Amino acid sequence: MATNNILTRRTFLRDTAAGMGLAALATLSHAQPSRSNRQGQPGAIQPHLPVKAKRVIWLYMAGGMSHLESWDPKPRLRAMDGQPMPTSFTAGQPIAQLQGAQLRCFAPQHAFRRFGQSGQEIAEIFPHIGSIADDICIVRSLKTDAINHDPAHTFMNTGTTISGRPAMGSWLSYGLGNEAEDLPGFCVLTSSGRYGQSQPIAQRQWHSGFLPSRHQGIHLRGTGDPVLYLTNPQGIDQERQRDVVDAVQQLNRLQDGVVDDPEIATRISQYEMAFRMQTSVPALRDFSQESQRVLDTYGIRGADGSFGANCLMARRLAERGVRFIQLYHRDWDHHGSVKDHMRGSAAEVDQATAALVKDLKARGMLDDTLIVFGSEFGRTPMAQGNGRDHHMKGFSMWLAGAGIKPGFHFGATDELGYNAAENIVTVHDLHATMLNLLGIDHLRLTFRFQSRDFRLTDVSGNVVNEILA
Amino acid sequence: MRQASQRWIGLACCFLLPYTLAAQEPRKVEFNRDIRPILSNNCFVCHGPDNNLRKAKLRLDDEKDAHAKVLVAGKPMESELFARLITTEADKKMPPAKAMKQITKQEIELIKTWIEQGAKYEGHWSLIAPKKHELPAVKNAGWVKNDIDRFVLARLEKEGLQPAPEADPRTLIRRLSFDLIGLPPTPEEVDEFVMEYAGAKRGAAYEKVVNRLLKSKHFGERMAVHWLDIVRYADTAGYHSDNNRDVWLYRDWVIDAFNQNKPFADFARDQIAGDLLPNATNDQKIASGHNRLLQTTEEGGSQAKEYTAKYAADRVRNFSTAWLGMTLGCTECHDHKYDPFTTKEFYKLAAFFADIQEVAVGRQGQTPIMTSTQQAQVKKLDDDITQIQKEIAALPKEKVKDAQQKLAAVQKQKAAVQKAVPTTLISTSGPPRIMRLLKRGNWLDDSGELVMPDVPAVLPTMKIEKDKKRPTRVDLANWLVAPENPLTARIFVNRLWMLSFGSGIVKTADDFGALGAWPTHPELLDWLTLDFQASGGDTKRAIKQIVMSAAYRQSSKGTPELRQRDPYNQLLARQGRYRIDAEFVRDNALAISGLLVAKVGGPSVKPYQPAGYWRYMNFPVREWANDKGESQYRRGLYTHWQRTFLQPSLLAFDASTREECTVERPRSNTPQQALVLLNDPTYVEASRVFAEKIIKTTGKTPDRIQTAFRLALQRQASIDEVQIVNRLYDKHRKHYEANPKDAASLLSVGYAQAAKDIQPEELAAWTSVARTILNLHETITRN
Repeated sequence: MATNNILTRRTFLRDTAAGMGLAALATLSHAQPSRSNRQGQPGAIQPHLPVKAKRVIWLYMAGGMSHLESWDPKPRLRAMDGQPMPTSFTAGQPIAQLQGAQLRCFAPQHAFRRFGQSGQEIAEIFPHIGSIADDICIVRSLKTDAINHDPAHTFMNTGTTISGRPAMGSWLSYGLGNEAEDLPGFCVLTSSGRYGQSQPIAQRQWHSGFLPSRHQGIHLRGTGDPVLYLTNPQGIDQERQRDVVDAVQQLNRLQDGVVDDPEIATRISQYEMAFRMQTSVPALRDFSQESQRVLDTYGIRGADGSFGANCLMARRLAERGVRFIQLYHRDWDHHGSVKDHMRGSAAEVDQATAALVKDLKARGMLDDTLIVFGSEFGRTPMAQGNGRDHHMKGFSMWLAGAGIKPGFHFGATDELGYNAAENIVTVHDLHATMLNLLGIDHLRLTFRFQSRDFRLTDVSGNVVNEILA
Repeated sequence: MRQASQRWIGLACCFLLPYTLAAQEPRKVEFNRDIRPILSNNCFVCHGPDNNLRKAKLRLDDEKDAHAKVLVAGKPMESELFARLITTEADKKMPPAKAMKQITKQEIELIKTWIEQGAKYEGHWSLIAPKKHELPAVKNAGWVKNDIDRFVLARLEKEGLQPAPEADPRTLIRRLSFDLIGLPPTPEEVDEFVMEYAGAKRGAAYEKVVNRLLKSKHFGERMAVHWLDIVRYADTAGYHSDNNRDVWLYRDWVIDAFNQNKPFADFARDQIAGDLLPNATNDQKIASGHNRLLQTTEEGGSQAKEYTAKYAADRVRNFSTAWLGMTLGCTECHDHKYDPFTTKEFYKLAAFFADIQEVAVGRQGQTPIMTSTQQAQVKKLDDDITQIQKEIAALPKEKVKDAQQKLAAVQKQKAAVQKAVPTTLISTSGPPRIMRLLKRGNWLDDSGELVMPDVPAVLPTMKIEKDKKRPTRVDLANWLVAPENPLTARIFVNRLWMLSFGSGIVKTADDFGALGAWPTHPELLDWLTLDFQASGGDTKRAIKQIVMSAAYRQSSKGTPELRQRDPYNQLLARQGRYRIDAEFVRDNALAISGLLVAKVGGPSVKPYQPAGYWRYMNFPVREWANDKGESQYRRGLYTHWQRTFLQPSLLAFDASTREECTVERPRSNTPQQALVLLNDPTYVEASRVFAEKIIKTTGKTPDRIQTAFRLALQRQASIDEVQIVNRLYDKHRKHYEANPKDAASLLSVGYAQAAKDIQPEELAAWTSVARTILNLHETITRN
């Protein structure tokens, strides 16, 4: 009892110090987990709104997928092929590598066709995603604030181009807590393709910024040790490792009694998590329980670190209660050969993406899983040789699942696919909408840092109600 | 006191406001110290610099606007600002209820006095030169050990708080060792100190430790860990292929500069302009490598003009944060939104570095520089050669052949020495590149005006010789360290404070601008700054002063009430408590085990790294090869610093990738850190060697456990602790007896050979104990 009081007080102190709300007080016992008490970590808030999405799987097409060869048909651009891009579009606009170059229209390199009962127009290089056209909602009027990969990723993940702010997954871990018993609530998987430049993805894309570090995302590697240093040293079996961890925990607790240090409680929970991950993470990659049919649907042989394998991993993580799962596929920076490279990159993701949506649907999980598919920006309607340059003023994404209007499209770019023109959706709007589906009023998930209340949507963001079911 | 703490529960999320809780006595109200925090916390959200959120078109951060609309100097009752604070009408009251802000009576009283005194504003605090302040009066004068304490204590007394009791001697010496050399004290050092400290001359005993540590060759290493983050020192180019460069001579120069306690002015001048100084020494040339540490590219197809512009901007970004504590990065494209810096000034600063010769796209040229040893060797060999040549001339023909062979051998030796001469990146001055203002940062736009080197107008002007056409980096460095400059010395002493308490007097040690934090103890910061300048930039003296203070010697424990009231320790009623930096986590484990190779300087090394970690690196594909022999056991700061793929066990503990300036690292606490300490071969091997040391020191199990605690934690184990460890030992001893293969397998982790004279099951069981101890929170915590 006495221990509990100390713990209560201590947790209170830690939580208030970290700017957390009183809601967290409700479930204090989790601050000191033990093997018999694994129920994740409570969040700082109670949901403000009805919870439609319990989790998010974000299929992140890193490098900047061309919207013009995927989700946004532009017949007028085809008609203008080779002609100078009207300066009314480009004058005074930021341009990346095409600065100073002759700007000419470049026709869409792949045909579009209508899919499903909804008749959604999708490029024919995505036949599998076409087959789920009636499940997805295409948004064709995104715009972003950054024209280079690194800041554009940072903006898409943290709502600002300035590094050091928390990623969305960290915000959710902080706000809603972690329900996964043996895994962090925010997991990141990466894969590389064979067509675009493999642009680096900095660790800061899943960093917790100024939020407590336990909300950081963890990178699960495709091959080798799935998480660095995950495997026991040679000569140490699981029981021996447990003994050492137990002794560390007991000694840490004794020391906490002497020095009363809130960081020790965090340290203890991180050791628990680390130990559990030693079992849970390798088990994630054990696809032996998956049927051959499932593997075939995803188009994979096993856990080989490919995008397809990561999609299956995403489903398995979702089943285990992980709230925010982000899959980066680094293959979309098509400065040249956009025709061939789009075909190639599309083939790398098309089947598995559709398989994931269908799989979740079959398991009844699509109803409360939000799928997001998109890039940090789009690509120019202008040619860069036979490729396209980075483009921030108009691009597309699609969403599916929990609370999203299926078989629907929303917003539009202008006739050449340059500017988002109708029903513009900013990155902050996207974030506000995603948070809304997760039961969060984006204005009310805040954290005080350097005397300012920060939030994911910075100082803007409107929920796009039109795309909600 | 009780009332105050209750209110603090209500405001638990808010920062403490300087001087607002203090009992009021009539005194001159200062805007920056007294009023600005109140306005900033309560009013600026709606009536501040942000155009989007502004209400009623009113700016209270703008003196003119506020005086035109809501302030009448000298007349609070006629000032609407004041009327709105005291009104009882709910719809007029400011801040409005929905803002959830509460201004206290004392704060309202302060504002009243301020208006009475004329409602004067002040410029941004950090741009105003530090002032000499009278040492504040304190009640509890007995606590004071030096002048620093007067400032700290005066503030505590105003807040009605007591300083924490002094930490116990073992904690003190451990804290000093980590803070000053980044290594733990040895048990012998602890014993000696504890004994002397218990005696009559405790003050002298403490000072003796401080002096010893400041003289240690490891002091420079500890300081370098911090400085190398700031100047973003790394062993690779950074962009794209991230290929190697050799610039470790610069790293060693930094270590040496701190060890030699180089006056700050020289420290700055050598780095920024060492190559331009008259009769520049090799050391000064090496120091000028400072200007070459930025990221560069070798990527084919990159455009030279673009990268020249990138490098210019990178240098300004780094220079302004490292040396001015200001973030000028945004002024590359637009005038600063909060601080008084313009885009033109950004490019003027860039122009100072336009003379530096470099390759825009491609491998940078390395400059060979002989070490003093090599110089001596070559000189000796040259002398030998001359000598032999003389001899040959005098020899009879039949003996010439032998002598010539001897000559060839010496010449070969000389060639070998010359071949081993290290190379580095240095600044080499040439005709300066044209520097123009790039509109919106667009490097293709040549329409911007040409600019010459100059410093920002808001700072003191730069003095240069009359007939000099163009200011140089020497002028810039001299300006930087001139006493009029309000920033450089201030940010430097603030960082020294940060290294001694865990955070600075200005919490945002990297931003002294309008968006940065305000100093918690502005007068103390001024005092430290002036003192540092008056001492001729004596870094060791400044550090010594800080660590000799009673404030520094406080216990870090604090009370629950205190932590609740002051969660960020802004009032300094206790010491800081935090996890040691990544490099020191490693150094500590190696030092405890005895594996640490204490050699200072030299080429970077490659400790264990998981295979395949470099898989995503390209042009060319590379494989990390773990170093063998003594290079495996060097301190963390000598690790090969690969910017795009930093050695992952350092990265797990928040080491900086050094792509940009890092003044303060985050301090995270993650499962990944647990995995590193449990499974990284570095720590498994160190545990085994530590176990050998434990076994060889004493015989009986309880004694050995005490030895283990003493070696790692410099303290006795409690009965409970001994029991926990003993249980683990017994169980694992039995297991390894029954499973000798497991024991052999565990003992073969790492390149160091396991002791042959210890039973494997015994050594394996003690390795478990050692692993446990190296994993303790306490082991990696400085308190």
